[in-house]
Amino acid sequence: MDKYFIDTLLLTGRLAGWTTLILFLIGLPIAYLLAYKRFWFKPVVEALISMPLVLPPTVLGFYMLMAYSPQNALGRFLQQTFDVRLAFSFEGVLIASVVFSLPFMIQPLQNGLTSIPTTLREASYTLGKSEIDTFVRVLMPNMIPSIITAIAMTFAHCIGEFGVVIMVGGNIPAETRVASIAIYDEVQSLNYEVANQYSFVLFIISMVILTIIYSINGKKKIFF
Amino acid sequence: MLNINIQHAMLTSEGKKTLEVNTEIETQELLCLFGHSGAGKTTLLRILAGLTKPDKGRIVFDDTVWFDSDKKINLPPQKRNVGFMFQDYALFPNMSVERNISFAQKEKDTAEVEKLISLFDLQSLKKQKPDKLSGGQKQRVALARALAAKPTLLMLDEPLSALDWDMRTELQDEIIKAHLLLNTVTLLVSHDIQEVHKVASSVMMLKNGEVIKCGVPAEVFNATN
Repeated sequence: MDKYFIDTLLLTGRLAGWTTLILFLIGLPIAYLLAYKRFWFKPVVEALISMPLVLPPTVLGFYMLMAYSPQNALGRFLQQTFDVRLAFSFEGVLIASVVFSLPFMIQPLQNGLTSIPTTLREASYTLGKSEIDTFVRVLMPNMIPSIITAIAMTFAHCIGEFGVVIMVGGNIPAETRVASIAIYDEVQSLNYEVANQYSFVLFIISMVILTIIYSINGKKKIFF
Repeated sequence: MLNINIQHAMLTSEGKKTLEVNTEIETQELLCLFGHSGAGKTTLLRILAGLTKPDKGRIVFDDTVWFDSDKKINLPPQKRNVGFMFQDYALFPNMSVERNISFAQKEKDTAEVEKLISLFDLQSLKKQKPDKLSGGQKQRVALARALAAKPTLLMLDEPLSALDWDMRTELQDEIIKAHLLLNTVTLLVSHDIQEVHKVASSVMMLKNGEVIKCGVPAEVFNATN
């Protein structure tokens, strides 16, 4: 296999890996707030997080691209203050990917938290444990299938992401050219054999991830 | 001494009711809450534990104000040092019997955990997870866990309902022992008059959120009959 092919797959894995890690870290507190706290603008937050499920990826990609543009406030601020240009860069694609995969991380985590009986949390509080202590020692160990589902779904979704990446990152080898874009590109060049290789790898990865999720959920029927 | 003066609107199967309790419970008292479902027994325990915020009133334990609606004081459950045994036991499924009990301790004390395990006859089950236990075994673990925290107020919500007669009698003795050991206020929800006679030093009878009788069990039940 040529270096070009490997580089593209590694970049795809790197994007999915970083997206999943970042989303896991920010997804846990967000899922906790949505599962247990009541605040008046909660439906708005829930709607915003779920938007990527219904919105065409190109719409989000378009807005992200506009935001990154040095002609607009955010892009100008980033360029002038930090000398950072997000459009058509790996970092820009990563941020867009994090935003676009939010529901795939947060919804399973939120479902996992709400499926834990309230009395477990309450028992921990009456035993003097703080909310953070309770979260780490009582809630998280009792929602491991949800955590695995959230991580696997986010990773799998990122690997297959196309619209947002092409809008925000374009098709720059070793920078923004992920496998899904490479497939499109190879087909456009009538290079079906390479397109087939990429497609086969993505097919296998997605299949393995989904099989893992369904086998976990088969054992503990709490999610989906 | 526990001083309770609260009002709280609650939704029961018979519609909206107001739980209204105004009483003083002496230290060393083992008070039984008695009444039909929906009378407000569990709600009162939850209010005292800090799990439900009452609409109005004041709760003072010894010299500490736990709740005061006028002064906007509401101590969280973590700061009340209560032991609460839930109706569904609320054992942590990820922890063994032993770990469930030691989790409750403020400072790790293995000898104390062992003492509770043998007190409640759990030696052979200590490495088991809660899903492998019977209802009665779960209740014993939940009771042991509630005691492990050395609470200043022990609250037991129908603690013996899932047990057979032998185990029930045995655990009634354990509750009395635990109560004397802690030397504090114990509140117990029960539907069993015999049980109330055996374990309680006093009984509070609730109906539709109101305290209709309060006193020593013999007087309360005789007056009712």
